[in-house]
Amino acid sequence: MSYQESNQQATQKKQNSLLAWLDRRYPLVSTWNEHVGEYYAPKNFNFWYFFGSLALLVLVNQFITGIWLTMSYKPSAAEAFNSIEYIMRDVEWGWLIRYMHSTGASAFFIVIYLHMMRGLLYGSYKEPRELVWLLGMFIFLVLMAEAFMGYLLPWGQMSYWGAQVIISLFGAIPVIGPDLAVWVRGDFVISDATLNRFFALHVIALPLVLIILVFMHIVALHRVGSNNPDGVEIKKYKNEAGLPIDGIPFHPYYSVKDTMGAVFFMIPFALVVFYWPEGGGYFLEPPNFEPANPLKTPEHIAPVWYFTPYYAILRAVPDKFLGVVAMGAAIAVLFAMPWLDRCKVKSIRYRGLSFKLLLTMFVISFIVLGWLGTQPATPELTKAAQIFTLLYFGFFLVLPFTSANEKTKPVPERVH
Amino acid sequence: MSTKEQKSTGVDLQRRKILTGATGVVGAAGATFLAVPFVSSWQPSEKAKAAGAPVDVDVSKLQPGQMLTVSWRGKPVWVVRRTPEMLERLESLDKQLRDPASQESIQPSYCQNPSRAINKEYLVVVGICTHLGCAPLYRPAIGSPDVGADWQGGFFCPCHGSRFDLAGRVFQSVPAPTNLEIPPHHFKTANVIRIGEDPQKEGVA
Repeated sequence: MSYQESNQQATQKKQNSLLAWLDRRYPLVSTWNEHVGEYYAPKNFNFWYFFGSLALLVLVNQFITGIWLTMSYKPSAAEAFNSIEYIMRDVEWGWLIRYMHSTGASAFFIVIYLHMMRGLLYGSYKEPRELVWLLGMFIFLVLMAEAFMGYLLPWGQMSYWGAQVIISLFGAIPVIGPDLAVWVRGDFVISDATLNRFFALHVIALPLVLIILVFMHIVALHRVGSNNPDGVEIKKYKNEAGLPIDGIPFHPYYSVKDTMGAVFFMIPFALVVFYWPEGGGYFLEPPNFEPANPLKTPEHIAPVWYFTPYYAILRAVPDKFLGVVAMGAAIAVLFAMPWLDRCKVKSIRYRGLSFKLLLTMFVISFIVLGWLGTQPATPELTKAAQIFTLLYFGFFLVLPFTSANEKTKPVPERVH
Repeated sequence: MSTKEQKSTGVDLQRRKILTGATGVVGAAGATFLAVPFVSSWQPSEKAKAAGAPVDVDVSKLQPGQMLTVSWRGKPVWVVRRTPEMLERLESLDKQLRDPASQESIQPSYCQNPSRAINKEYLVVVGICTHLGCAPLYRPAIGSPDVGADWQGGFFCPCHGSRFDLAGRVFQSVPAPTNLEIPPHHFKTANVIRIGEDPQKEGVA
């Protein structure tokens, strides 16, 4: 036995014993194996399956850049706008950290919308993954609240008037509405009190809720197992060891694949951060470069791009309360997807023409509404928004009927 | 629960159930009381409630057709000096309005009249759209390009397209439900309007 060999053995023994010491006090190995080392995922994941891990990556980006921003940001109406300028001009690398955070917000929604699209394409919301979908929808909801509150913090014109409009939505609720709006603002108008509490919610309360929901989303997913582009259950066929034949352990197979996805994602992300941080006025809106002025609404106000589809629905309804109801319903109805879609076949690959057409119609209306929400409310565009609002809801209204007796293609027994 | 069961487990399940229930109820009541300060803490503070002093506006330099904006309780308040032609056009609009007689809107009783003003010439109105709280734009000219050729002059909300006439009355089929709010105000002198205070019983200027 050479010296080298014995040395190696000794190191291994020491490692083993440290791990064993830890494992007796904390379920280190079993947790790792359950969620990473021996989590068997279908072997046929495609491009669409990058967005879950990318969402995690963006979440980490938002956490780190966000913590750094709080070190120089001042959450008061008198100082907020100037403290952002201070971060941009005077803080070392402040501009980079801030642009990573603001670009990260848009990137988050791009990734999340594609992640949700994947769910719709391959029926990932269906039995037994209903809870995974519901938890995901709650994440989406909290993410919207997080983005909305974060947008008030720079205290620019769009921050102020965007918040004014959205908080006024509460005022449209009969009876309790007006008092509720005052309660949310902590004042009769958007003021220092509103800014200060939004800061608290944006940096403490909502991130905490978000991280718990993300944890639950992953735990729920790992209990039922991942879906795949063929929409077949890999747990049906297992080998002698009891492992799914068509599954591969998450690590190293998908940890490596997702790392590659992360690298390819970070290239355009960095390009935007360095060369196009305003995103053509869609990521950072021009009026927000002016400090908030409670006496003057910008000529044209529009929310950030990721809220525009819902905003277009709000504007399309010529009634204050019903507009708010329609906007809420547009999001709420997504929660019901697992029960509205009654087709047993999961993946779009084997579904009938009716679903393909309906989903296409839904995606087109979502994108068109998103564009309409960025435009001024002229009578012609309002008419268009009304038509596409009907098509948006049409998807959810028609789906339960067509999906019940859908002409599907034969689903393969195993993934190919 | 039988005594046999009690003996075999040594646990009085009935008793445990009652105690658990009672603890739960008392705990829930305590939690509700504890929630009160946290929920109330979001209400406007005393400081916010106190910031509501009246504002004086000098309108002596306001030309006919002009508008000025002042801040009252953090909200924009407009003072518009209306021309006789503007006032004339108001009457012709009644049929296109949702609430021409201002029966559902907020205004002091002394302003619930066709021109919604104490002195017809001066409109004093809170510049916050009754839809979702944007500040509408002043578009006094007939046929303003961003509002439409049949426009008779008024206020146009850029956020969601609500329209109001030059008395702050809302048009039909726009998202805003009611006319713009008129704040309490009075003429302190012929040229000074005090916003945020009703006229005194005697000696109204």
